[in-house]
Amino acid sequence: MQGLELKLKERLQKLLDDGTVDCVIGWTKGEFIYDVTPAIFTKESGLDGFVYNSFCGANLSKYLVSQITSDKKFAVILKPCDTYSMNQLITEHRVNRENIYIIGVGCSGHIDIDKVKAQGVSGITNVIDNDNNIIINSIYGDSKIEKASVLLSKCQSCKGSELKISDEIIGEGIKTPTCDERFDGVKKLEAMTAEERFAFWKSELSKCIRCNACRNICPACTCRTCVFDNARSNVAAKANATEFEEKMFHIIRAFHVAGRCTDCGECSRVCPQSIPLHLLNRKFIKDINEFYGDYQAGEESNQRNPLVNFTESDIEATVISDKEGK
Amino acid sequence: MQEVKDFKPTIVAFCCNWCSYAGADLAGSSRLSYPADVKIIRVPCSGRVNPMFILKAFERGADGVIICGCHPGDCHYSTGNYYTRRRLALLYSMLDYMGIERGRTRVEWVSAAEGVKFSTVMNKFVEDIRALGECVKLGDIRCKD
Ligand code: SF4
Ligand code: SF4
Ligand code: SF4
Ligand code: FES
Repeated sequence: MQGLELKLKERLQKLLDDGTVDCVIGWTKGEFIYDVTPAIFTKESGLDGFVYNSFCGANLSKYLVSQITSDKKFAVILKPCDTYSMNQLITEHRVNRENIYIIGVGCSGHIDIDKVKAQGVSGITNVIDNDNNIIINSIYGDSKIEKASVLLSKCQSCKGSELKISDEIIGEGIKTPTCDERFDGVKKLEAMTAEERFAFWKSELSKCIRCNACRNICPACTCRTCVFDNARSNVAAKANATEFEEKMFHIIRAFHVAGRCTDCGECSRVCPQSIPLHLLNRKFIKDINEFYGDYQAGEESNQRNPLVNFTESDIEATVISDKEGK
Repeated sequence: MQEVKDFKPTIVAFCCNWCSYAGADLAGSSRLSYPADVKIIRVPCSGRVNPMFILKAFERGADGVIICGCHPGDCHYSTGNYYTRRRLALLYSMLDYMGIERGRTRVEWVSAAEGVKFSTVMNKFVEDIRALGECVKLGDIRCKD
């Protein structure tokens, strides 16, 4: 991982120097090794403070949306999972591909600092990532932990190491983590009774503080005026006042990204209340696969979203209304 | 708890202007009965029904919501109902996944000539909702009387 940072920095400096790009979207150092923040670097500012480490889990593709009217050229660092979002943004004309230089990076999974701390480690001064284990230096000494046990949840259901779109690749050949079956969580819920499912969602969704972080981070949520910000929509952003609003917000958010959600995992990652939002998104993905054939949003650009498509022999909604069982 | 037989459900039926609303009209003029609990909302096409309409109907006290449109292939706007079919299949499946009784939501295709079908569909739906009872999982209690 340390080698990757050096390579990236060197290459990005070149790209800035030779004028291929005017800006770089990357990460900047924080006080601790694990609090890195997405940042824009320019030729003038230079790459001071640039960092790339095991905590750079955020998906940077969304930062390009606000640059669509800019005539500047941007370099952006994308991991394999982020490249799906990029394809989807291109499909939806939310970014200007000509002005973007994509550096694809190999990825062996990113670390969730909360999971590290939960293992009882504190006073962390440095983390060395060896791809299958990590060495943690702390003021109390060093310890070694298995990387698989502290991966971000989204990395535990990684879609693989293939970069779906890039202009160049750095860190080729790095293997992504092996992972669980993506729909296991959804299947578990489906196997419950309706009462159990209702209780599960009630307890999860009642934790929502309607901070809108899940929407703000989502690369599929790029509406100029989101319905949750539109005072005339009657559902504008405010704390959920009733149980109805709790459910409504989540159904509508997930529905708006149905067929467009690449399952990048960002919404669940940023939720301060740890609500498993991926279980909602993946339900739509699983249903789409089952009803209309396998579909992966962002697999390539310019695919047709199954929700703006149809066949004459599609299943009828009554199949769901009349379904037997729990 | 109300006795089931006294329970008068509130049913919202979104009917497209070109087929199902005309079907409802025909049912009326043919003196076919359907329960007065069904409140019809006319929409230009079944494709006009935004998922939020359905959720909002439940919020305001509906016990069941049914969407009626032209038969697939016969939509006045040629393909509107095909999109409706996909959208609502996914939405209903999601409501089911959240533990809301799946019988409370429905889609039926009723043409302008099918007054009889309209009346049968509505009678059956109202009966089903009566059996399910009041919708308590997806309403705002402040909106109930
Ligand atoms: S990020 Fe979590 S708490 Fe915030 S609005 Fe989304 S679900 Fe609710
Ligand atoms: S809904 Fe969540 S997983 Fe899907 S694209 Fe948006 S942030 Fe990513
Ligand atoms: S929640 Fe819906 S309206 Fe809001 S940004 Fe996402 S897709 Fe757009
Ligand atoms: S006009 Fe009847 S469904 Fe489109």
